[in-house]
Amino acid sequence: MFEHYLSIFITTVFIENIALSVFLGMCTFIAISKKIDAAFGLGIAVIVVCLITVPLNNLIYNSILKEGALAWAGLPEANLEFVGLISYIGVIAAAVQILEMFLDRFVPALYNALGVFLPLITVNCAILGASLFMIEKDLKFGESVVYGLGAGVGWAMAIVVLAGIREKLKYSDIPDGLQGLGVTFLIVGLMSFGFMSFGGISL
Amino acid sequence: MTVKQYKEILAKPLLEENPITLQILGICSALAVTSNLSVTLVMCVALTSVVSFSNLFISIIRNYIPSSVRIIVQMTIIASLVIVVDELLKAYDYETSKKLSVFVGLIITNCIVMGRAEAFAMKEKPFVSFLDGLGNGLGYSIILIAVAVVRELFGAGTLMGYEILPLVSNGGWYPANNLLLLPPSSFILIGLMIWGIRAYKTDQIEPNEYKLSGHATAPDLSKRELNV
Repeated sequence: MFEHYLSIFITTVFIENIALSVFLGMCTFIAISKKIDAAFGLGIAVIVVCLITVPLNNLIYNSILKEGALAWAGLPEANLEFVGLISYIGVIAAAVQILEMFLDRFVPALYNALGVFLPLITVNCAILGASLFMIEKDLKFGESVVYGLGAGVGWAMAIVVLAGIREKLKYSDIPDGLQGLGVTFLIVGLMSFGFMSFGGISL
Repeated sequence: MTVKQYKEILAKPLLEENPITLQILGICSALAVTSNLSVTLVMCVALTSVVSFSNLFISIIRNYIPSSVRIIVQMTIIASLVIVVDELLKAYDYETSKKLSVFVGLIITNCIVMGRAEAFAMKEKPFVSFLDGLGNGLGYSIILIAVAVVRELFGAGTLMGYEILPLVSNGGWYPANNLLLLPPSSFILIGLMIWGIRAYKTDQIEPNEYKLSGHATAPDLSKRELNV
């Protein structure tokens, strides 16, 4: 049982890394990776939000939206999958808002550290993407907890690594037009080619 | 507003303020759906219609949205539009909708839609916002189509599924560059495209944070006065 969860975790972090293999959350990935500190803060926030929202969406899908899931309420033929998208994003927006208020009240140090990144996370496609992939893979509740954690950790790791490379890169002599955004794209491309080498591993 | 200003709003995001190459918005889908031109075209139409109509509707009710809950209100409008697009696609082009898989759903969190809603539609009148959405959608489409053409033409020798460059494996002369069919190659293509655009529009170049110093000159010993 433990091995099964471990293999889901390793697969999500390395083989199907949410940033470098499926390319989700790219906008923030590229915009907020100039400094390691900021990248680290955002990475932690993504881990926390993923860990909360993926299992939550799993519960909502399995007990309300799925075809026949409303049998307990006397509606065995109801299929609410078409409102899926709006409910997942609603859950994510609400979870982020609640987390923000909770941190503001009880853990002000972390709240100040995360700062503007928390509200930004609502529109980070890595979070919604993780939920959608979880639905597509048809995971059970326990698996979805591990999947959420793995997705967050993988994304956080990738952004911290990219920030590390970019901090060194600003001392190098780059052609004018390629400076900044251009060269970042090239580097992410190379990193992602590197991550493809994990693709051959089967667990 | 005059017709000229309308035109400017529509044309600016195409090259000068392109959402992908300058504003860093909406990159995720630009990478994952560009290996095949026909799939890319469907994605472009879907995104352009969502961003124009979400701008229009948000702009219509902009004065009634309390600013503390505006993100959720915007999200609801955008998500409803995306559901409409998703259901239409499933009904009329099921094959493509399978290929796009989660990426149609991810238009909700595509930063172009949210970004334009926040930055433009919350302040401007409905018609202008609609044009801004259309312009940004088209700016996104231009980059996506350019990437998809390069990837499909040189990666598989076809365009929209029609053979353009006959492959060696089919008895032709063109050896396919399979590297271009791998998703990471679109990063490299977009990176080079940004370089190209900035070589032409030099005002978009980001300033260097550190200047390279010239070669330090060695101390000129011949002129040093030796106080022995």
